[in-house]
Amino acid sequence: MTVSDVKQTRTDSIKPKVNWARMEEAEDFAKTVKLFRQGKYDEDSFRRYRLQHGAYGTRMTSDYAMVRIKLPAGEVYPNQLEKISQLSEQFSIGSAHISTRENIQLHWVILEDVSEIFRGLAEVGLTSREACGNSVRNVMCSPLSGVCADEKFDSTPYALATAKFFLRNPIAQSLPRKFKFNFTCCEQHGMVRMVDVGLIPQLRESNGIKQRGFKIFLGGGLGNRSFVGHQLEEFTPEEDLLYTSLAVLRIFDRLGDRKNLARNRMRYLVNDMGWDKFQNLVLKERAIVRATQSVVTSLEIDDSSDIKRPIKITDQSGFSVPDGYARWLKTNTIKQKQSEYHSVFLTLEAGDITATQLVALAEIIREFSSEGKARTGFNQNIAIRYIHNDDLPNLYSKLLQAGLAKSGALTMTAPIGCSGTTSCNLALTNSHRLAKEIQRKFLEMKLDEDVDLQDSSIKISGCPNSCGQHGIATIGFFGGGGRVGKEMYPNYQMSLGGRSDGETMLGVTCTRVPAKRVIPVILKIIELFKQHKKSNDSLKEWIHRVVNEKEDSAIKSVNDIRKILDPLTIPPTKEDDPDFYSDYGTDTSYHTKTGKGECAA
Amino acid sequence: MCRLSREKTIKTTTDIDSLRSEIRDKSVRVIDVRREEDYKQNHIPSSVNLPLANLLSDDSPERVQKLFQSLGIDDETPVVVYDDTFGALASRVAWTLEYIGHSDVSLLETTYSKWKSLGLEHETKTPEIQTKTHSLNLNPEILATSDYLEQSKEKPNTLLIDNRERLNYLEQHIPGAVNLPYRTLASSDKILRPKDDMKRLLENRGVTNNAEIITYCGSVGTLSGLAYYALKSVGLPNVKLYVRSFKEWKNLKKPTQKQEDASYWDLSAE
Ligand code: SF4
Repeated sequence: MTVSDVKQTRTDSIKPKVNWARMEEAEDFAKTVKLFRQGKYDEDSFRRYRLQHGAYGTRMTSDYAMVRIKLPAGEVYPNQLEKISQLSEQFSIGSAHISTRENIQLHWVILEDVSEIFRGLAEVGLTSREACGNSVRNVMCSPLSGVCADEKFDSTPYALATAKFFLRNPIAQSLPRKFKFNFTCCEQHGMVRMVDVGLIPQLRESNGIKQRGFKIFLGGGLGNRSFVGHQLEEFTPEEDLLYTSLAVLRIFDRLGDRKNLARNRMRYLVNDMGWDKFQNLVLKERAIVRATQSVVTSLEIDDSSDIKRPIKITDQSGFSVPDGYARWLKTNTIKQKQSEYHSVFLTLEAGDITATQLVALAEIIREFSSEGKARTGFNQNIAIRYIHNDDLPNLYSKLLQAGLAKSGALTMTAPIGCSGTTSCNLALTNSHRLAKEIQRKFLEMKLDEDVDLQDSSIKISGCPNSCGQHGIATIGFFGGGGRVGKEMYPNYQMSLGGRSDGETMLGVTCTRVPAKRVIPVILKIIELFKQHKKSNDSLKEWIHRVVNEKEDSAIKSVNDIRKILDPLTIPPTKEDDPDFYSDYGTDTSYHTKTGKGECAA
Repeated sequence: MCRLSREKTIKTTTDIDSLRSEIRDKSVRVIDVRREEDYKQNHIPSSVNLPLANLLSDDSPERVQKLFQSLGIDDETPVVVYDDTFGALASRVAWTLEYIGHSDVSLLETTYSKWKSLGLEHETKTPEIQTKTHSLNLNPEILATSDYLEQSKEKPNTLLIDNRERLNYLEQHIPGAVNLPYRTLASSDKILRPKDDMKRLLENRGVTNNAEIITYCGSVGTLSGLAYYALKSVGLPNVKLYVRSFKEWKNLKKPTQKQEDASYWDLSAE
C-alpha cells in the first residue's frame, strides 16, 4: 500500500478549544470611536477604553492604532493565522508582528477600522481585549510546555485556565497597572523571575502519591527599573494556584501605587514593602481568599490532547533534501520528549511576518503538525511542534518555498528588537531595524553555526523602557541620542551578562555604542571571547564570569572590555561619515522626537 | 433626481448564476480583460477578449468607442466584465465603458480562477463578433482630473480616497486623502464585500451619502476603479475616478503629504 491509498485525514478539523471573543465588543468599539470623534467622550476615558480593548496609540499621530491580538499560552490555529493575514492586508501594513509576549500585533491601523479587526478576530475566536491597559495581560506559557524533556508536567492547561478566569473578570478591569503571568516548562526555557507572577511546574510526593503544583515567583519585571522575582514558598499545590493568583492581585489592587505612573508595577510595591512583609501578606490574603470564596472557585483545567500525525498524500519519490537543511536542523529545531517528534522554530526578522507567509504557515501547520496548531514564543518567533522526525526534510523544503527557512532561530543571530521608531511614541532609536541589520550580517557570517555563541542573546530596546528586554540579554542595548556639538546621532547604552534562567541577573552597564557601531562592537566582543575563552566555554558563560569579576584572563571586568571598545565608539566628523549621523531606515539627520507614552511593547 | 435614481438601480456586480443564464439566453456580452494568451487557453463561454493593456494604449473616447463597437456592443447591450486580478482590471474597463455613456455594465462577482475552481463551464473557441454602433455620450461626472482635484481642495464635502497599500500611502499621498487599501474592498470569495459589510465600514469612516467621493491609486485607475464600484455598490450617488491617479500627480510635481517621523517601512517583513 502506498500512502496515497490511505484516505486523507488532515488536521483541518482541529479547531480552537477556547473562544476568547465577544462580537458585541466590536460594535461597541465602533460606536465609542464615533462618540469620541464627535467630542462626546473625553480624551482620557477614551484612551482607557481603547487600551482595555487592545488598541495602542501610534507614533506621532492620533489617527492610527496598533491592535495587539492576545494569544493565551501562545496557541494559534491555522484558520486564525489566515484571518490575521487577511486583516493585515486589509487594515494594516500587509505584515504582522509577533511580540515578545506571545501576542500578534497589527500596526498602523486607522482608528476607525479597529472595530473591523475586532469583528474579523471574533469570527475565529480571538480577542485583543485586555492586551493593553491596566489589566491582566496575555498569560504566557513556554512554547515548549508539553514537549520539553525537563518539565514535570505540561503547564499549558493551567495557563489557558488562568487566562480564561481573568479575562473580562471585574477584578482585573482597573488595576493600578498592567499585570503579567508567565508559565513555563522548566528553569531553562521560561522567564519566571522577570514577571509579576512566574510559575514553574513541580511535582511533590507524599504518601506515595504524586501531587502537582508550582514554584511561584512574585514581583519581578523589566522596565525603567528592573527587579528579579522572589519565590513565594517551596511548593504551591495546584489547588492553591488560583487562590494565590487572586490573593496577589487583590493585594496589588489595594496597595499598588495608582498615582505615580512610573512606579506602579507590582515590583515597586514588593520592593518598597520588603519581600518578607509582602510574602506574609500574600500568604495571609490567600487564607482569607480560600476561606471567603462563597462559591468554590477553581480553574477549569482541560488537558485533553489530540495528537495525530497528518497523513501525507504526496509522492515522495524523487524528493531530495534541499541545501541548508543540516544548518537549519541544528539551529532551529529541538527534540521533544516524545522521541518521534521535533519542535521547529521559525527565524523571523524582529518578529515580522508577511500576510503571504502567514497563509503559507497555516497550510504548513495543517500538513505537518500532529497537534494541528502553532505557538508563538518568547523571542518574537513561532514554534511548530509535533513534527514527525521523518517529515523534517519535507517541512524544511516547504518553509523554504515560503521564505521561512532562515537558520538561527534558537541562536544569538536572532536578536529581539522592540518596535522603536517604526511605530512607538516613546522611541528614541530604530531598535527594530537594528535587530534586523544584526541578524542579516550575522547570518551572512554564519555565526548561527558557532556553538560557542548559541545560548547567548542580543536584545534591543528603542528607549530605556525595556520592551526589547535588553536587561536580560547577554548583550543588551537601549536607545538614546548622542551628541557632538550641535549634531546628534543615534546611540545605545550597552549592558552585558543579563540572563533570565535559573541564575537570572540583569545586565551590567558597559558603555555607550553609536547605532552604526553596534555591529563592529559585538564582533569585537566575540573576538575577545575567542581569544580568552577556555575550552568548552560559551560566550554567555565567559561574559557571566567577566561581569561577576570571576574571570582570570587578561579581561577581568566590564571595565576592561569597555577600554578595548572605546576606540570603536568615537564619533567621526559629519564630513567624514555623514551616515553615522542618521539612524537605520532613514537618510535624514538624526534627532530625537517622542510623544506621549502608553508603553507599547 | 432622475439621474440619481437611475444610478441607484444600476447593479455593480453580476452573480455567477445570473451570468450563466444570461449566457445561455445569449442576452449578454461578456468581456474577458486578461492577457490574450490567457484568454486563448480558455475563458467563460461566449466571452470576447479585451486585454487591459490594449485599452490603455489609447483610451481616448473616440478610440474606446470604436473598440467597444468592434466587440459587438451597442448602446443597449448588457455587458459583464471579468478578470483574474480581484476585479481591478475589469473595473477599469467597465468604468471606461460607463464613461463613454454605456449604462448597462457590471462586474462578474468573482474572478476567473474562482469560476474555474467551482468547475463551471469554459471554452477555448473565440466567438464571431458582429461590429455594432455605439453612440458617444460622455459621462464627465464620473471622471476626476488633476485640475478638478485642485479645485475641489477647498470643497468641504469632497472626500479623496487613496486605494493603495498602507505603507505606500503613509510614505506619500495627495494632501487630504484618506486611505482605504484595495484589499479592504473584497471578501474572501467575492471581488466586493457584501453590501452591509461595506456600508458599515464606510459608516465607521464617516462617509456619508451627500459626499462627493474621488478615488485614486498608483498608476492607471485599476485599484481605484474597483473602489469606484465598491462605493457605487452601496448606493453612494456621487463617485468619481481620478483615472490618471498618483502617477500623473507626481509627474505634474503637485504637492504631496507624508506621515513624518516614523520608520514604518522597517516593520514590514517584505
Ligand atoms: S517604549 Fe518600549 S517599544 Fe517603545 S521604544 Fe521604548 S522599549 Fe521600545
